[in-house]
Amino acid sequence: MSLNVFLQHCLTGISLGGAYALIAIGYTMVYGILRLINFAHGEIFMIAGYFMIFATANLGWAVGIPLTLVATVALGVVVEKLAYKPLREAPRMSIMISAIGVSYLLQNLTTYLFTALPKPYPEIPFLKQIYNIGGLSASLVTFITPILTILLVILLVYIINHTKVGMAMRAVSKDFETSRLMGIKINKVISTTFVIGSLLAAVGSILYFTDRMSVTPFSGTLPGLKCFVAAVIGGIGSVPGAVVGGFIIGICETMMIAFGYSTFSDAFTFVLLIIMLLFRPTGIFGEKQIDKV
Amino acid sequence: MSNNLLHVENITMQFGGVVAVNNFSMDINKGEIVALIGPNGAGKTTAFNVITGVYAPTNGCVSFDGEEIISNFPKGKMKKLYAGENNGKYTKTIEKTPDKITKLGMARTFQNIRLFKNLTVFENILIAKHLREKSNVFTSTFRLNLAEEKKMRQECDELLEILGLTDVKDDIASSLPYGQQRHLEIARALATSPKLLLLDEPAAGMNPQETLELTEFIREIRDKFNLSIFVIEHHMDLVMDISDRIYVLDFGKMIATGTPAEIQNNQTVIDAYLGVQEDDNE
Amino acid sequence: MKKTTKIILTIIAVAAFLGILFFLQSNERDYGMAITIIEKSAIYAVVAVSMNLLNGFTGLFSLGQAGFMAIGAYTFSILAIPVASRPSVYYATGINPVIAGAELPIPLAMIAGGLVAALFAAIIGFPILRLKSDYLAIATLGFSEIIRAIIASPQMNTITNGSFGLKKIPEFSGLIVVILVAAICIAIMVLLINSTFGRAFKAIREDEIAAEAMGINLLRHKQTAFIISSFFAGIGGAMLARFMRSIDSNTFKIALTYDILLIVVIGGMGSVTGSIIASFLVTASKEQWLRFFDQPLTIAGVNIPFFKTGLRMVVFSILLMVVVLFFRRGIMGQNEFSWDGLVRIIKRIPTLFKRKKKEDVA
Repeated sequence: MSLNVFLQHCLTGISLGGAYALIAIGYTMVYGILRLINFAHGEIFMIAGYFMIFATANLGWAVGIPLTLVATVALGVVVEKLAYKPLREAPRMSIMISAIGVSYLLQNLTTYLFTALPKPYPEIPFLKQIYNIGGLSASLVTFITPILTILLVILLVYIINHTKVGMAMRAVSKDFETSRLMGIKINKVISTTFVIGSLLAAVGSILYFTDRMSVTPFSGTLPGLKCFVAAVIGGIGSVPGAVVGGFIIGICETMMIAFGYSTFSDAFTFVLLIIMLLFRPTGIFGEKQIDKV
Repeated sequence: MSNNLLHVENITMQFGGVVAVNNFSMDINKGEIVALIGPNGAGKTTAFNVITGVYAPTNGCVSFDGEEIISNFPKGKMKKLYAGENNGKYTKTIEKTPDKITKLGMARTFQNIRLFKNLTVFENILIAKHLREKSNVFTSTFRLNLAEEKKMRQECDELLEILGLTDVKDDIASSLPYGQQRHLEIARALATSPKLLLLDEPAAGMNPQETLELTEFIREIRDKFNLSIFVIEHHMDLVMDISDRIYVLDFGKMIATGTPAEIQNNQTVIDAYLGVQEDDNE
Repeated sequence: MKKTTKIILTIIAVAAFLGILFFLQSNERDYGMAITIIEKSAIYAVVAVSMNLLNGFTGLFSLGQAGFMAIGAYTFSILAIPVASRPSVYYATGINPVIAGAELPIPLAMIAGGLVAALFAAIIGFPILRLKSDYLAIATLGFSEIIRAIIASPQMNTITNGSFGLKKIPEFSGLIVVILVAAICIAIMVLLINSTFGRAFKAIREDEIAAEAMGINLLRHKQTAFIISSFFAGIGGAMLARFMRSIDSNTFKIALTYDILLIVVIGGMGSVTGSIIASFLVTASKEQWLRFFDQPLTIAGVNIPFFKTGLRMVVFSILLMVVVLFFRRGIMGQNEFSWDGLVRIIKRIPTLFKRKKKEDVA
């Protein structure tokens, strides 16, 4: 493998990692606040793909993109209100089962509406344009993804650390009950979390599917699980952790495929997870928590 | 054979920058009832959790019945953060888990009752007997341990009889009135056949009459089961009535120790603790 | 109710059930669909009870059932496909000489399937069960994907036949055998649940910290539950292989675990009879009762537009969400079937009507 080819793969990996990072943030934030593995997040990401298909087909991409973002956010918030909010006092296992139920429902609903056959993803001309930089050639989306990811993350970290709602989020993730007693409007904080998570998932969806050309009702499951793994590897609850985890998973996966082990590329993610859990269960940026007795 | 049952030496428990228990040492002898008192947030329950193996202490050691069960020293990040005393005195790491410590003969109750809520009273007791069983998964699944199981059930019945819980034997634990839940928790701890019983605020939420009954009850089980008892309590009547010796914690540090009479007249204790009581009229 | 009455009732019920089974088996031609549904329900019931043992009785949220089923199914099939028909199964890549001649009698091959699944559970359970239970969910889910990838990989071609899958797996010799195997498996799990170890599992579910304080070694007991659950999932996988007669890695996707989980939830976490009832209800409604949703529907000459392929699964998932959100305890909650309970329910029916009448008057 020549250096050039290697760098080309790195670029692809970084780009994939960027999309993963955006999705992983949604997992990590929801887990940080509700201690819930939001199994439906992958399906929201998949449905964002369908939103994009229908919005651009009728209105063109300039309207389609913002419309997709808005619709995905709405879906995320509705899922939270209908499926998670009623179970706030229930055992945690129930909420996770509800999340699995939602993901099952969304999958079946999309299969019913759009059939299980792959639907072609709209081509956004300027994103697909091929550029050459120093011997590396790739479409614009490949170059844009990591940059956009980093910018969004910086913005998000700023929001979390320097705004009132961000402070509330940090408080809730530290101690749910106490923050409620302190007068923080828990439901508002949770909704905001889902808004941010779904928005980033929608952006990730556009970047991810533009490179992959088609969507099926099952395109969300595996990327979704991988992104949760990314969040765990980075340290669940930590936004920078999720980003680092996303890039690690994206690059590893691409390299596995490049070296000819494509059947193992999905499994490798989980091997990585189990290794991580063995040696550092709190993840790269995670903090150890002490359970109160 | 020494008369000492529990020996706690220079225990420090630090969470991040907060020192919850600072350099705490104590001893319990066989047959003694010892109380640990102190204002809210003084670190009493934390000390309890260290002794029973729930938290690994930052520094210090504990031995039970002549065997060292817990020992630790500051490591990793704590090396820099450590604000307690006796740094460097301990070099061993021994962290027995709570189940092993219970097996050695130390049983506890919890401040905010932790029963197996959806199981019956009888099942709650039976579960506590599990640790002394010799059967394995195979023999117990295929009922090759019938003799042992029968004996165990008999012992549970006897225990329920002694504790006056026979009538509610088949009730779901969470359906019992509060006082009985406390009794059940003590019964469950006794079912593990302990040498030392640790009670975390057993009289919390009880009225004076119930507290009086509890005092009698604790003395009774001490004699009947040949126990030592270590109790955290806020009800001063109970503590002064029952204890052979008392330790007083304030802000994680031990400020006094002695017999009830000595503690009652100790000026430091009165300032730190009894003096405060006048402010919050309960 | 007297004890003798209960015993008589039980005998009558079992006899009636066996009678129905014999009737169905001897009229196989006419009742093919019913037999298929009952066989599939029985197999799912075994796996659902095994999952319930973890999720409902021990309080461990595990999502690895499909992976352990895959291990059981493949181990069984590799050992049970008749040596004579192996060349035609492995026609593409040939068979690994180590397994080429290894054939076990069917019952032993099934137990081997369970044991290999249990072995894998022991290996991965050791590190993972120390962690918080959320990690268990994601790690077991990941594990079952890893297993699937390994099975399908070209490197395993001579053993698992890679993506071609395995065929010519010896089938069950009849409905009764399926029910018998399922009954034995479930009976053993029920015995375990009611044993002193089962009580310890429930204690862990109720309150880990209290359980540990009562001298229960958390790691060891969780591991025991995990290994036994996986053993029976492996047996369930072997049963599924016999039922389907041909398997490939796609049989054991995450969706299979989810299906089993939903059965457990609908039946009630912590109820064996609940899992059994639910596995029948879910299988029957998926395979038959809700089928009509997938067919075009015409009422009085007007074609109702929503009825087309896929609606069945949408309706099914909505029903499921209703259970999860509003009937969190499922059909049975943590209770088991008993004649007394049945009598209580029957007695309650008239009072329900009475109350309604009163409301009407008001």
